[in-house]
Amino acid sequence: MTSKTPIELLTGPANMSRRGFVGGLSAGILGVAATEAANAESLADVPDRGPGADLSAHSERSRFAKIDRIPESTPGKRNIDPSDAINSKTPHQKLVGNITPTDLHYERSHSGVPDIDPAQHRLLIHGMVSKPLVFSVDDLKKMPSVSRVVFIECTGNGWENWKKADPDLTVQNTHGLVSTNEWTGVPLKFLIDLVAKDKGSTWMLAEGGDGAGVDRSIPLTDEIVNEAFVAYGQNGEPLRPAHGFPMRLVMPGFEGNLNIKWLRRLKFGTAPWMTRWETARYTQLLADGKARQFQLRMDTNSVITQPSGMMQIQPGYNRISGLAWSGHGKIAKVEISTDSAKSWTQAQLSQPVLSKAQVRFQMDWVWDGKPTRIVSRSTDEQGNVQPDRQSFIAAMGSNALFHYNAQQTWSIDEAGRVRNVLA
Amino acid sequence: MSSHDKLLLAAIFTVGLLAAPAFAFDFGRPATPDEIKLWDIDVGPDGKGLPDGSGTVAQGKQVFSDYCSACHGENGQGGIKDRLAGGQGTLASSMPVKTVGSFWPYATTLFDYIHRAMPYPTPGSLSTDETYAVTAYILSLNGIVAADGKVDKDSLPKIKMPNRDGFIPEPEFDPARLFHNK
Repeated sequence: MTSKTPIELLTGPANMSRRGFVGGLSAGILGVAATEAANAESLADVPDRGPGADLSAHSERSRFAKIDRIPESTPGKRNIDPSDAINSKTPHQKLVGNITPTDLHYERSHSGVPDIDPAQHRLLIHGMVSKPLVFSVDDLKKMPSVSRVVFIECTGNGWENWKKADPDLTVQNTHGLVSTNEWTGVPLKFLIDLVAKDKGSTWMLAEGGDGAGVDRSIPLTDEIVNEAFVAYGQNGEPLRPAHGFPMRLVMPGFEGNLNIKWLRRLKFGTAPWMTRWETARYTQLLADGKARQFQLRMDTNSVITQPSGMMQIQPGYNRISGLAWSGHGKIAKVEISTDSAKSWTQAQLSQPVLSKAQVRFQMDWVWDGKPTRIVSRSTDEQGNVQPDRQSFIAAMGSNALFHYNAQQTWSIDEAGRVRNVLA
Repeated sequence: MSSHDKLLLAAIFTVGLLAAPAFAFDFGRPATPDEIKLWDIDVGPDGKGLPDGSGTVAQGKQVFSDYCSACHGENGQGGIKDRLAGGQGTLASSMPVKTVGSFWPYATTLFDYIHRAMPYPTPGSLSTDETYAVTAYILSLNGIVAADGKVDKDSLPKIKMPNRDGFIPEPEFDPARLFHNK
């Protein structure tokens, strides 16, 4: 595609002005509001140093870094009153690296965010067990713990593009319902041993302490028993209330709504309970009117976050960057096409590549200024390849609402405007 | 406590750390049957967990009018929140309408959900009989229970919902196959 390295492009005039290069960076990459003040063109323009603000008990973002989630209702219902919101989406277009900042981790709640005093919160574990037990948050904190970086993804992620592609969507709108944090807590296996679960129990009901009492049936496969944990920590601090304070279930690789927040009950049994969420809600309606049920695992997925919807790029050097993830394990590779999916080039993955966590990918690209489309596709270590939209819709229809993992295409017009399109 | 006892305790503790499950009884406290009952609200598709009591469609019409219609609309349609009635025959169309009558596979789930999550501002505030009654009313709006009908813990699990066979379990987690070959 190009024989020039980024260094050559930086040092040589090539086919772009320095001004264009700097402008492109500030407009796109970090979301820093470059419009508030004139750029410092010369070092003489850089403001003098001087004493700064007082130190504080809590670090805030720079006033120049404007980064927020966007609450939304159902697909196509944006800019709504927060009281009508059911989701709040992560601004991937303004983030770097693999880890989502805690306060920007996406949120999906079914009955608001309860204000729980941890001293009054309890976890009951019962059903097919020899010793039904009640645990406090302090009890959990005394137990052996694990910490793991994993993505959590709402099954509604991507739902804007099932039937059509609004051209004015950002990647926050299209893919803001997935985030990656480090979670700390007690392995499910340890709790199972404590209550002496009956070996005949094969399913577990997990229930939240929110108003809706959200509950899901979870099959006790070896993978789930070995990997699930009850978390009380998030990126090194107590869980935020929006994410389940004081404790939640973490189910690496599985539907977001299985990661029950404000967890207050685990019950062991032998069959699924057929709760509202696993029948009426989180099932995928196919074209023939039948619905896929217990599609619990999140499939391999990826999206280009820079450049992405509503950005504008300049001809010449651009760095393409994005995120890839899979509920099947590690991402093996991400390929990028800059010619409307005709040819593909393997992108670099930022280390470490972790199982069931988002990983950043990137690639250098010189845009010739002609209209084109860019798209990424991921492959995980199990060999699952992210489907192109056409074959995905052929298999799932366009009414499924959940589990959209088709490739995301961004079109770029002659002015460099990046827009959401269907491939 | 003698120093000998303390040493013994220290030795036990050290061994315990190496074999954590041996100290299992140190974490949490036993749950009493009475307190489990307070929280054990789930209802299975076989009716397990359904409490004693009953409710009629006629009673449910009043309960629905008092607590549900503000969000779900009169007759379970046209409200600001989920539509509860109608939509049968639309699932394979380009505009599917998923309601209790057109989509929900189990009537037991309706009782469970109303009991745990509704009314939205005060979940769990309806009595058992009121919950049965409003369940009966919503089913009657969908032609599943007769207008003079009544439901209880025996009749509810026997209702075959119109879309009972409308679900295809994912092979990897199919309850009918998972764990059965172990």
